[in-house]
Amino acid sequence: MKYLHLIWAALFRSKTRTLLTLLSVVAAFLLFGMLDSVRVAFNSGGQVSGANRMITMSRLSITQMLPYSLDAQVRAVPGVRKAAYAAWFGGVYRDMNNFFPNFSVSPDYLDLYPEFKLPAAQKAAWLADRRGAIVGETLAKRFGWKVGDTIPLQATIFPTGGSNDWSFTLRGIYRVEDPKQKGQEQILFFHWKYFDEANDYVKGRVGWWVVEPTGADAANRVAKAVDKLSENSDHETKTQSEAAFNQSFAKQFADIGLIVTAIMGAVFFTLLLLTGNTMAQAVRERIPELAVLKTIGFSNRSVLWLVLAESVLLVVLGGALGLAIAAGIMPAVSAASGGMVQLPTVLPQTWAVGLGLAVLIGVVVGLLPALRGMRLNIVDALAGR
Amino acid sequence: MTRFKGFIAGLLTIVLLALALLAWIALPWFAVLGVAVAVGLWLLLTRSGRLAREAAKIGIAGLPQRWGASLVIVVGIAGVVGVLVAMLAMGEGFKATLNKTGGEDSAIILRAGSQAETNSVVTRDQAPLVGGLAGIARGPDGRALASPELSQVVNLPSMADGTDANVQFRGVGPAGWAIRPQLKIVEGRKFEPGLREIVVGRGAQTQFRGLEVGKQLKLANQTWTVVGAFQSGDSHDSELWADADVLGPAYQRQAFQSITVKLDGKDGFKRLKAALAADPRLKLDAETTRAYYSKQSAQLEKLIRILGIVIGTIMAIGAVFGALNTMYAAVAGRAREIATLRALGFRGLPVVAAVMLETMLLALLGGLLGAAIAWLVFNGYTVSTLGQNFSQVVFQFRVSPELLWTGLKWALGIGLVGGLFPALRAARLPVTEALRAA
Repeated sequence: MKYLHLIWAALFRSKTRTLLTLLSVVAAFLLFGMLDSVRVAFNSGGQVSGANRMITMSRLSITQMLPYSLDAQVRAVPGVRKAAYAAWFGGVYRDMNNFFPNFSVSPDYLDLYPEFKLPAAQKAAWLADRRGAIVGETLAKRFGWKVGDTIPLQATIFPTGGSNDWSFTLRGIYRVEDPKQKGQEQILFFHWKYFDEANDYVKGRVGWWVVEPTGADAANRVAKAVDKLSENSDHETKTQSEAAFNQSFAKQFADIGLIVTAIMGAVFFTLLLLTGNTMAQAVRERIPELAVLKTIGFSNRSVLWLVLAESVLLVVLGGALGLAIAAGIMPAVSAASGGMVQLPTVLPQTWAVGLGLAVLIGVVVGLLPALRGMRLNIVDALAGR
Repeated sequence: MTRFKGFIAGLLTIVLLALALLAWIALPWFAVLGVAVAVGLWLLLTRSGRLAREAAKIGIAGLPQRWGASLVIVVGIAGVVGVLVAMLAMGEGFKATLNKTGGEDSAIILRAGSQAETNSVVTRDQAPLVGGLAGIARGPDGRALASPELSQVVNLPSMADGTDANVQFRGVGPAGWAIRPQLKIVEGRKFEPGLREIVVGRGAQTQFRGLEVGKQLKLANQTWTVVGAFQSGDSHDSELWADADVLGPAYQRQAFQSITVKLDGKDGFKRLKAALAADPRLKLDAETTRAYYSKQSAQLEKLIRILGIVIGTIMAIGAVFGALNTMYAAVAGRAREIATLRALGFRGLPVVAAVMLETMLLALLGGLLGAAIAWLVFNGYTVSTLGQNFSQVVFQFRVSPELLWTGLKWALGIGLVGGLFPALRAARLPVTEALRAA
């Protein structure tokens, strides 16, 4: 610590060079912060710690609906603590580009999602209104909806009375606290019962069940028992954990992890070269100075540490700045787009990985110049040989 | 006062540079060629141009000595260009695949208000009515070329890790093949109407397991045999095809989802639309397949494009700082050399031009390297993503010449910014001081 001043002075010996290198490092880590956060949010797949939910859907495909008659049977399976059902609606608000998920659910659906916080009074009002709906806070902000508003939706799959116009009354706005889960605030829920009565096509059909087993150890047994109910029928089911379900869905879009790794590989390779070059230059220029340090009693080893610390400081400084900028930009973009784009904030795990990488890069690029500094022969260095 | 002047001059340079960059991005290729020819002529014919050439030669001859630092520019720019071109090639490939699927000579008929097949319903009694409408071409046997179709999303294990992926399982009518002449059977044969037989797209075969010809598949609790493979080069390549009249009952579907028809002549579409509107029994909408499929690609393509440009811009900013760093160091290292040139009578312009030429050369190398890597690695690289019908669309990255050109333009743009400030510093170096130094 006592050498910090010395390292700092050495770092800013050539201001232009350090500043330019620093800015490159900042750009690299800004990119890392943004991409890695997106990757984490994408791959976390709505995983909620402590939640132990399973999804039961048609084995044939996600678009196949299941008979409502299974409901009582699913709930009666030993080991099932709670269960609820839902059906995809696929309505559009005003314009195709305003897409957000909306589906009809059973009245007890929210019991399985304790992380969706809905005020008790609003919940009661929603349950009391046949045509009531609830939405997440982000979605409400995006369209400026307030409780009591009428929300018209254009059906894309299910007409009602020969027309595609459905309308709902907003009865409540729920919140999700976990920043990783903010995407969940983009959903509109309404009553399955209303959906079942009012749509012209399907009657007594449900999209999927959400099942909560009594404990993690019961999960496997429950999944098998639930699937057994419909075995060899024309509506076989497949029960899997919520995380597995979401992940398989996310994975089908693209292998985000691979793309991010490839891009960051290219970026960090370049960065390595760039900072390595800078450090080599910095040490080359300072050889006489390092020799002076040794002359006045600095050991070889402390010279090594000085140079190494300088390079680590440079990269970590840039890395922290870059990540901080990413942390500042992402909520700003989300806010500016009015909820259209929902970027996650920089998560602690991204911070940790990013700073770890910064230290690693700092050590790698500093090592050769530092070794060179350590092995300096005082006489030769002072003589400029 | 001088300081203030310097500040104003710096500010002016930056504004001019920004304008030049904007113009550069918008410049079409022939204008770029014009600029290149003009610079070339200047270098060859005028006195100051010759001087610049000589000065640049000295700098370029010294490059191998500074290879480490020069490599920073080359690799940095190669990285930017490579990532940018790869991202754009992904969007381009997706768009090309879907655009190719449709044409102006066929139309798709969906329920009014439906945006995609998955959301649409065409009842069985509507299908023969549609076949009788005006504007639809007829086959040699006099029957309308109209294929009532329905598609079902099925789960198949992916080739990569065996996890379930959604695949489009399409049932087509007898006319389905004639309407899409781009579809060629490349292995085996077509399915027999009435039998549980499947033909699969080549793209689907590469992405999902168990689709080899001769294999049996269990779908909807029934056993289906893969009897052939087809190739079409468009989004049908990711699909499985069977007889609509077999697939419908297997999935308990009474209705069709869409009817694809071959249009009769140029005004066929207009006549078809008019005929549809005139028949009150048909609450259906027609769209040319070109319009239908290009609409499906628009959103994702735009998203990928924006993403690519944002990532490319951030990387470019990083690369600019790297280039600035290297060139400042190069100019500082050669301060004496440059001062000598200036003392010999080289004016500002040749010196600026010399440093710029050197940077641009390195940038060009980087751009070529990046473009070459992107082309070698990614051209034809096959991936799949979730399309609008809740099912996988297999497509290939398409590194087109236009994209390579865009990449090179970015590279030279980075070189321009990275070289200009060091070049200006070289031209302003106080001669006497620089000669005395070091």
